[in-house]
Amino acid sequence: MDGLAHQIVAGIATGGIYASVALAIVMIYQATHHVNFAQGEMATLSTFIAWSMVQAGMPYWVAFFATIAVSFAIGVVVERILIRPVANAPVLTMVGVFIGLLLIIGNATGWIFGYTTKVFPSPFASEKPLFGGLVSAHELGSTAVTLTVLTLVWAFFRFTKLGLAMRAAAYNPRSARLVGIRVGWMLALGWGLAAAIGAVAGMMVAPVVFLDPTMMLGILLYAFAGALMGGIDNPAGAVLGGFTVGVLENLAGAYVVGTELKLTVALAIIIGVLLVRPSGLFGRVVFSRV
Amino acid sequence: MTTTRRTLLGGTAGVLALPGLLRAQESPGVTASEIRIGTTYALSGPASAYSLIPKCLTAMFKRLNEQGGINGRQVNFLVYDDAYSPPKTLEQTRRLVEQDKVAFLFNNLGTPTNSAIHRYVNQRKIPHLFLATGADKWADPKGYPWTIGWQPSYRTEAQIYAKHILEQKPNARIGLLHQNDDFGKDYVNGVKDVLGARFDAMVRTASHEATDATIDSQVVSLQAAGCDALVCGIIPRFASQAIRRVFDLGWKPLMFMSNVSVSGAVVIEPAGKEKAIGLITSDYRKDQSDPSWADDPGMKEWRDFMARYIPDGELGDNNYTYAYGVGLTLLQVLRQCGNNLSRENVLKQATSLKPLELPTLLPGVTVGTSPDNYHPIRHMQLQRWDGRGWVRFGKVIEGAQV
Repeated sequence: MDGLAHQIVAGIATGGIYASVALAIVMIYQATHHVNFAQGEMATLSTFIAWSMVQAGMPYWVAFFATIAVSFAIGVVVERILIRPVANAPVLTMVGVFIGLLLIIGNATGWIFGYTTKVFPSPFASEKPLFGGLVSAHELGSTAVTLTVLTLVWAFFRFTKLGLAMRAAAYNPRSARLVGIRVGWMLALGWGLAAAIGAVAGMMVAPVVFLDPTMMLGILLYAFAGALMGGIDNPAGAVLGGFTVGVLENLAGAYVVGTELKLTVALAIIIGVLLVRPSGLFGRVVFSRV
Repeated sequence: MTTTRRTLLGGTAGVLALPGLLRAQESPGVTASEIRIGTTYALSGPASAYSLIPKCLTAMFKRLNEQGGINGRQVNFLVYDDAYSPPKTLEQTRRLVEQDKVAFLFNNLGTPTNSAIHRYVNQRKIPHLFLATGADKWADPKGYPWTIGWQPSYRTEAQIYAKHILEQKPNARIGLLHQNDDFGKDYVNGVKDVLGARFDAMVRTASHEATDATIDSQVVSLQAAGCDALVCGIIPRFASQAIRRVFDLGWKPLMFMSNVSVSGAVVIEPAGKEKAIGLITSDYRKDQSDPSWADDPGMKEWRDFMARYIPDGELGDNNYTYAYGVGLTLLQVLRQCGNNLSRENVLKQATSLKPLELPTLLPGVTVGTSPDNYHPIRHMQLQRWDGRGWVRFGKVIEGAQV
């Protein structure tokens, strides 16, 4: 039974990684109603920017917040330059643009920073591993950061006028425009926020999985599974979904299907949720009257 | 029967040029003054760190040509970029074979990339010599006689680890952590070669995908299964994770790491130098940073070569010692060929190398082949991380006969 407890704790630690990326995915969906495939690559680029700043001698937390600011700006610029012109294009065009973005940012990151693995510092260093080495102080700390970001996001959308305006712009652009909301800028803001949250996720993930240009490739798939499971329009659901996927994946890998099919579990979750409950476990079911 | 204009013209030209062309037609890529050799490498893209190898090989052929070439022939070495992308490897290989008409291919880089041209070169009967990959599949004299690797295969490496485990802990319970692909499965096969029927009783395996975020769950499973030895066939990023996690768990197995994942800067330092103490790996090359080779004549030869032909080269990069060894192996083959540089004879000589000591390989490690032994290097020596560097220990061990 010791093994079982260990698998669960290790799963929660890995789930924390998925949860933070899932949150970024949901964020951009909230603001723009698109799923950005380049989310992971953008987060990796942000993490490399933070790494360069730390390498240049900046204190960790200064680099942390500077990276969030820079990433926000990158998100806004990407929306203005690349996404805006195709805003009214069919979905397939959007998918094409997102995949193009994924390749461009991914390769540019490798070209600029190289492909060798780099060590990314953690602000939550501890000498001794906790819980018999299953969880590091960093994993606890990063889970706390994820939950903090989640609370901030929720409060932002729930209590601020800007948050309300952004939701309105995403749900019903035409009506939003009629009541005076600048829909275009709301979308750009949404991209900026998502990029900023992605940057936080990247900086929290990197100390665990080590930093290289392909860092997010695998994580993104699990994060999608988590986001879909919790409900693609529900930030809290996505975070819970991320943790659940982490634990389920470990338990299934260790006791049910074997490690060779671990990745398949994530895909099965995606398909299962889409079949049984397309809006996710905590998502709202949206009816459109035609 | 139809005679097209082209065959008619070709035939006429052939007759007119008969004396000079006869030999060239017999041996593609070979003239009285030149032998043309081709390779594909990742000169760009994620694996481009290996581009130092063809750079070193080119310099070695330059040295050879300056010394008068081989049997009066200059070596013309063509290197094309495949960016580590298998479709491009096929395209560039066809260009080498069909347009440039190279005599043979030498030291092409990568497992997936060479897999893409494996059938093609064997169907066309083109020697595909001393590939820069450690997969075991290149040693298949019956199925693919024209292809041969060079460095010890991952499978040989795993055999050596298994032999050492049996010596140290005859009743060990072995955990085998491996990537779920050809690379990782070579480690499973190697351990199986040594343990035979005992494999199922002694070994617990756990695989992971290259796309997994972490391998924590697998490490925890193997620890929970009571393993006291751990063999890892994993790539550098996961190697750092595994070293750190095993240490954090307070688990102290006899731990072996694939020798593609033991770079001090890339793997050990990210994990923590102290956390890796006791980790075991293996090598067949002399480590140029090891002070015991400071006055070694072989390494001195290599350093002199570097100073003269690649003065800006980073001497700490072991791609150069690798390239120097594989380059010398090819020169031996060319010398053995004499004046008969037909593809058949090149292959015949490449697969009948008498045990050959090379300046950049460890003493006791030799390169040798025979028509039914396509594993040129079968010996390695173990080394252990002492917190600062790798320290060799024990005798040079030979892989199992399978």
